[in-house]
Amino acid sequence: MRGAEAFIKALEYEGVKVIFGYPGGALLPFYDALYDSDLIHILTRHEQGAAHAADGYARVSGKVGVCVGTSGPGATNLVTGVATAYADSSPLVAITGQVPTRLIGNDAFQEIDALGIFMPIVKHNFQIRRSKDIPGTVRAAFEIAKTGRPGPVHIDLPKDVQEEEFNIESNPIPAKIDLPGYKPTVKGHPKQIKMAVNAIIAAERPVIIAGGGVNIANGTEELVKLAELCAIPVCTTLMGKGSFPEEHPLALGMVGMHGTKPANYAVSECDLLIAIGCRFSDRITGDIRSFAPYAKVIHIDIDPAEIGKNVDVDIPIVGDAKLVMRDIISSLLKSCRTGEKVLNNQGREEWLKYLESLKRSSIPKMDYDHTPIKPQRIVKELMDVIQELKLKDKFIITTDVGQNQMWMAHYFKVHLPRTFISSGGLGTMGFGLPAAIGAKIARPEAKVVCVTGDGGFMMNIQELGTIADYGIPVVICIFDNRTLGMVYQWQNLFYRGRQCSVTFGESPDFVKVAKGYGIKAQRVTDPSDIKEVLKEALLSDEPYLIDFVIDPSEGLPMVPPGEKLKNIIEPVKAYPKEKIPSFQEIKKKLLGDSRERSVSKDIPQDFTSPVEREMY
Amino acid sequence: MRRHSKKEEVSTHIISALVLNNPGVLQRIAGLFTRRGYNISSITVGTTETPSIARMTIVVKGNDKILEQVVKQLNKLIEVIKVSDLDVDKCIKRELCLIKIHTPDESSKSQIIQYTNVFRGKIVDLSPESLTVEITGNSDKINAFIELVRSFGIKEMARTGLTALMRGPKVLKSKKS
Repeated sequence: MRGAEAFIKALEYEGVKVIFGYPGGALLPFYDALYDSDLIHILTRHEQGAAHAADGYARVSGKVGVCVGTSGPGATNLVTGVATAYADSSPLVAITGQVPTRLIGNDAFQEIDALGIFMPIVKHNFQIRRSKDIPGTVRAAFEIAKTGRPGPVHIDLPKDVQEEEFNIESNPIPAKIDLPGYKPTVKGHPKQIKMAVNAIIAAERPVIIAGGGVNIANGTEELVKLAELCAIPVCTTLMGKGSFPEEHPLALGMVGMHGTKPANYAVSECDLLIAIGCRFSDRITGDIRSFAPYAKVIHIDIDPAEIGKNVDVDIPIVGDAKLVMRDIISSLLKSCRTGEKVLNNQGREEWLKYLESLKRSSIPKMDYDHTPIKPQRIVKELMDVIQELKLKDKFIITTDVGQNQMWMAHYFKVHLPRTFISSGGLGTMGFGLPAAIGAKIARPEAKVVCVTGDGGFMMNIQELGTIADYGIPVVICIFDNRTLGMVYQWQNLFYRGRQCSVTFGESPDFVKVAKGYGIKAQRVTDPSDIKEVLKEALLSDEPYLIDFVIDPSEGLPMVPPGEKLKNIIEPVKAYPKEKIPSFQEIKKKLLGDSRERSVSKDIPQDFTSPVEREMY
Repeated sequence: MRRHSKKEEVSTHIISALVLNNPGVLQRIAGLFTRRGYNISSITVGTTETPSIARMTIVVKGNDKILEQVVKQLNKLIEVIKVSDLDVDKCIKRELCLIKIHTPDESSKSQIIQYTNVFRGKIVDLSPESLTVEITGNSDKINAFIELVRSFGIKEMARTGLTALMRGPKVLKSKKS
C-alpha cells in the first residue's frame, strides 16, 4: 500500500463520505488512490468553492467537512474558505498537496509554505513527512477539528509521502490518540453553575444571547427548556440564528448592529445577561462601554479565551453549551421544584410585558407593492411559500454577505438549528453559492435556497458549473441591485453620500449566464410574480436561479459602528448616482497623466542627474 | 453600572510555557503574539529533562487583561502543554550576556578584569586589543555591567534574554502526568 491509499483509508475510518476538491500535480497519487475508493469527490470550479462547500457541509451536518487543494496556488486558493470556517468555528479538515520533501525549501514548481500560510487561520496544522505518520495525524486532525471549540485543521501532504510504501500491519490506525496539550473542558464547574442559577432566580430583567455555540453544541432543546422554565426572553447573534425558534413568544430576534429593536433594547436594559456560546464581537456589542450597562453577565463558552476577552464577566462558565444548560436546568428544578418561584417574580412579568409591547410596536412592514421590488417583500414571500408548501422542517438557507445577508438575518424567521448558514465572523462574500452545494450534499432531502447579492454571487459564479455538472438542485435567489449595497449604505450614511466604486453595470444577464450553464432561470421584476416563481423553483427538482431585480435605494436599519445599541438609525434612501467610467475615458486619463508628468511644473527644468530627479 | 475591575497599569510578566518540541512551534507562538498585538520583550527556548518537550520563557509587557488573554491564547495552542504567568518576586531569573570589550592596553585590561570579578563574571576570551566577558544574572545586573564598561568601547555583545524557574519545590507539570 502507498501513503495515499493509507490516507484515504484514514479518511474512511473517520466516517468521511464526501470530499470537495480540485486536483493538481502534487496530488496525483492522492487522486489515484481515490480512484479505488468509495469516497464521493465533488470537483468544484475553484478551491475556494471547495472550502466553502466543505464548510457548508460541516455547518449543516455537524460532521467534519473535508476539502482538498494542490500545492502552491491550490493551497492559497483554499485560504479564504479555511479562514471563513475558522472565524465561525466550523469543523473542517483542509488537505493540501505539497512538493516532494526533498524539494521543500528549494522554491520548486508550485511550492509554497502552506504550513506557514495556514498557521494563523487554523486550529492546528500538520505536515506529514513520513507515510508511517499518516494514520496518527489524520486521527489527530479530525479529533482536533470536531471537539472542544471546533475549527479547521490543515494537513500538508508532500507528494513523495503519498507515494511512499506503507505497511498497514505495522502502522494500524490508532483508536485513541494522545494530545498532551489538548484537553477541552466540556463540563461546567458546579460552583459556577450554582452561582448562575442563583443569579437567574434573583433577576428581574434577564435576557439570553444565544450564539453560534448553541447551534454547534446542538443545544436547542436545552435552550428552549431553559427559556421557558424561567420565562427568559432570547435573542440570538447572526451565528446563533436557528438555535432558538424565532416564532416562539420569547424570541426577540437578532441582536447587534442590524438587530431588532426588542433585542437591542432588551440587552441594553436587562439586569442579567446570559450569553451562551457567543463571543461578544463588535457587531453584537456596539460601544463596549455602554453595552448591557445594568447587567450582571453570565458567560457560557467552551473556549476559556473568549471569556473576559471583550466584555467583563461576573459568572464565567467554561463548558459545552448543551451540557452546561442541562446542568443549570437540573439545578434550577432542584432549587424551585416547579419553576414557579422563578415565574412569580413581579419584576419579570413587567419585563416580559414591556418587551412584548416593543415587539408589537416594531413589526416591520414587509408587504411592499413597489417596483422595483423591495427585498423585504421577497423575504416575506419566501416565508409564506415555506409555510404553504409545508417545508418548515426540510429547508435550509445559505446567504452571502452584505445587505442580502442582513435582510435575511433581520426579517427571515428561522425555526430550526443548522438551517441558516451564513459567514459571520469573516464576512466572506462569495460564500453563499458554494456553501449551498455543501448544504445540499449534507442533507439531500432538504430544500436548499441560496440567498445572495449580485456582488457575492459573481465572486464565486463559477460554481454554477459544479451545480450544473452534478445537477445539484439548489435554488439561487439573487437580490440584484447592481450595487455593493452594504458599502453603498455606509457611504451614504457616514461619508456624505460620496459613492465610490460601489456600482456595477448591467452585464451580465444572470438569466443568460444560468442558461449558458444549462440551469433553469427566471428574472422577476414584478412583486406579484415572486410567489409563483419561488414555488416553481422550490417544487422543481433541478437547480434553479431567480434574478430578483430589487430597489437599489433600499437599506437596513442599523446601529452605527461603535455606538450604543439603542441608537438604531434608518438608512438614507438614495439612488446610485455613480458613473462607471469607460475604458476610453480611463485611457485618456492615463495617457494625459503621463504627458503631464513629463512636463510637471514641480520639477525644475534645468537639472540633468537622474538621481536628482528621483529626489523630487 | 458595571465596573471594569481589571488593573489597567502595564507591567512586565514572565511567562513560562512547556511546549511540544515540534518543528514550527516557535513560529506558532511568535505568530500568536504578532497577530494579537502583544509585546514580547524577549523569548528563550530550550529543551527540558524530557527531550520531546521544550520550555519557553517569554517576557511580555501588558496590563492584567492582556496577560490573561496571552495565557489563555497560549493554552489554546495544541502544542502548548502548560503555561504559567510566573510571580516575578518568587522566581529565579537569569540571563547570560557575552560582551567583547575594546582593551588596547594593559591598564584597561586589568580594569575590566577587576570589574568582571566584582560582578562575578568570567573572562572567556582574550586578544591583544579585546577581551570577552561572560556575565550571568538578572537583567538589572547585566545592564549595570554594560553601563560600567561602555566607556571602554563595546565591540560586540550578545544577550540571551531572560529564562526563569519558580523557587521552591513547585514545578510546571504537563497536564498528562
